[in-house]
Amino acid sequence: MHEFRFEPVRMPAAAEALRGEVRAFIAQEVAQGAFTPSRNSWSSFDPDFSRKCGERGYIGMRWPKEYGGHERSALERYVVTEEMLAGGAPVGAHWIADRQSGQQILRYGSDRAKRTILPKIAAGVCFFSIGMSEPDSGSDLAAVRTRAARVEGGWKISGTKVWTSGAHQTNYLIALARTSAKEEDRHAGMTQFIVDLSHPGVSVRPIYNLYGGHDFNEVVFDEFFVADDMVMGEAGMGWKLVTGELAFERSGPDRFLSTYQLLVESIRAIGGDPDERCANEIGRFVAHLATLRRMSISVAGMLERGAQPIVEAALVKDIGTAFEREIPETFRHLIPTEPTLGEGAGYAELLGMTILRAPGFTIRGGTREILRGMIARGLGMR
Amino acid sequence: MSEMRNDLLKTVDRIFDEHCPKPVRESAEAGEWPAALWRALEEVGLDRAALPEQAGGSGLDFEDAMLALRRSAYHGAPVPLAETMLAGRLLAAAGLAVPPGALTVAPVQTGDRLRFVQGAAVTTVSGAAQRVPWGNLCAHAVVAGELDGKGMVGLVSTSGAARGVDKNLAGEPRALLEFDATPLIALAPLKDALARLEAEGALYRSVQMAGALERSLEYCLQYANERVQFGRPIAKFQAIQHMLAVLAGQAAASSAAADAAVEASRLVPDEFAVSVAKSRVGEAAGKGAEIAHQVHGAMGYTREHNLHYSTRRLWSWRDEFGNESYWQSRLGRAVAADGADALWPMLSRR
Repeated sequence: MHEFRFEPVRMPAAAEALRGEVRAFIAQEVAQGAFTPSRNSWSSFDPDFSRKCGERGYIGMRWPKEYGGHERSALERYVVTEEMLAGGAPVGAHWIADRQSGQQILRYGSDRAKRTILPKIAAGVCFFSIGMSEPDSGSDLAAVRTRAARVEGGWKISGTKVWTSGAHQTNYLIALARTSAKEEDRHAGMTQFIVDLSHPGVSVRPIYNLYGGHDFNEVVFDEFFVADDMVMGEAGMGWKLVTGELAFERSGPDRFLSTYQLLVESIRAIGGDPDERCANEIGRFVAHLATLRRMSISVAGMLERGAQPIVEAALVKDIGTAFEREIPETFRHLIPTEPTLGEGAGYAELLGMTILRAPGFTIRGGTREILRGMIARGLGMR
Repeated sequence: MSEMRNDLLKTVDRIFDEHCPKPVRESAEAGEWPAALWRALEEVGLDRAALPEQAGGSGLDFEDAMLALRRSAYHGAPVPLAETMLAGRLLAAAGLAVPPGALTVAPVQTGDRLRFVQGAAVTTVSGAAQRVPWGNLCAHAVVAGELDGKGMVGLVSTSGAARGVDKNLAGEPRALLEFDATPLIALAPLKDALARLEAEGALYRSVQMAGALERSLEYCLQYANERVQFGRPIAKFQAIQHMLAVLAGQAAASSAAADAAVEASRLVPDEFAVSVAKSRVGEAAGKGAEIAHQVHGAMGYTREHNLHYSTRRLWSWRDEFGNESYWQSRLGRAVAADGADALWPMLSRR
């Protein structure tokens, strides 16, 4: 049986110094009107803000300097990400590239991919989407039908990806495609490719989401050419790569801070002298939050030590996203409000937006059910 | 985990394997003092594990002592180890000598107060303390209260003080102690003595519940892998897998919350971390015990399977030294009073 140990991690002094810098930067941006603290931090696409983050060294923090990185620790990166989320900063443009795509290229990309792409990501001017899900392949990722056929000097990709956040605004995505026919081992024969979305042969169509926003897209590849040096790792390694990539997606503060702004505004609305019921609920959420944060930092510590905390990450995401979803469900009772999407409606709008976003929290990055299956495997039940 | 900690756990495991078989548990629930078990704990110094070395401690640091306490709870041990550790820590913090033997603390119920009266020759204690853990079986109680507005800690004999003995759901004795101008053996000032007793008690119960949850999960995994229905072990059913994934989450969160509180409370209990721990772990106790029993079916609803040694403790401990609502409310009031914008700076300092 896998033993779930979330060892304590002490933040190094350098990380705490950095925290002060990031907080001052966010405060200054807010004061200058660059953004209003958002209810949708890592889904808010703001290239100007991303460029400023790049200039300040807040992207690609762990990567080598030769690729534009800053050679800082996982814990320093953690501090930057949690401060951005807690501050409601619009980090959506660079979020995926920084959290997972760049990391993936650093590990498995060709020399050319590393040299041409990573410095631009780190500068905050190059953005990524995720190319995993398809119309017939969601939780069952190994069922992808997008195919890549071998051609002179590279591969030709045909197929459709869906729920591709930001693909209408990003520069690249990493696509998972089948490169040989399905065998008995259904995890064999898949490959990850870096796809340049500005090239011809790819079309992007919006899919409007529950709150009416345009975030998702359908991305269709028609004999789209990808050169050999945009293959990740070796052909056929795709499954191993994609599961590793998902681990980066799952344990971060973005998996329990999605509704933090609503928590803060609810506490503000309740005021300094709460009744018993309100005090209980505030206390309960703060107890959960403090505990989740400790567990999530512990996973960052495992990443720092070079471990692959896949099951721990799944566990943090499972309980973190459940926490995120409970916040609107509880405070709507305590601060009776009819939720709306009407702009400028203050708390009612924040609540409305949060309610319509919440179903996504326990789906994106691996559904609750997939995560619980992974945890059960870790417990030795599968 | 360090080698020393591993050895410590092995020692605790050995003692409970040897001295805590079912007959001992049953006689303890019937009200008999588990003398051999307690002696074995004393022999390796576990009763004094939480004391500083100069106060007679066994040279373990506080984290190690709490690890041993957690393991004793993992074993569902019917002994006042937490109470003895807590009483000793209060005495040591006040600079008083720690007597040998099992100790308890009073008062433990919110609202119960004991009165200290300073006489010419001797200071006495008066008043009633309800549901004092093991109060009828420990020779001494450490009492906390105030004298002239100052926090005080005293040591008193429990001889003749027990007026009635109830049990918690785990069958551990909870005694009504009544003192009537009973002379104190020792008395010394200790800042916020009563609050400190309460918070440290809540911390220890959180640590104990984390241990009992760990054991409940292990019982579940063992049972689910062995129990065959519809031609396969029930562990192969997705419904069971998902229930136990949730239990694993509750157990892991409990460990994290309890660890954080222990770390922050080496010298004095940290109000925030203890509030978080008792709230979070207390909630996990109820939710976790529910899942554990559902997975065990009718077998877990009997006294034949050992699951109840863990779950009856979870259902008792979550209500002792303040239930979740009590600590959530304290935490919530403090957060609200500081204001919404102070929350993140406070959390990120932890």
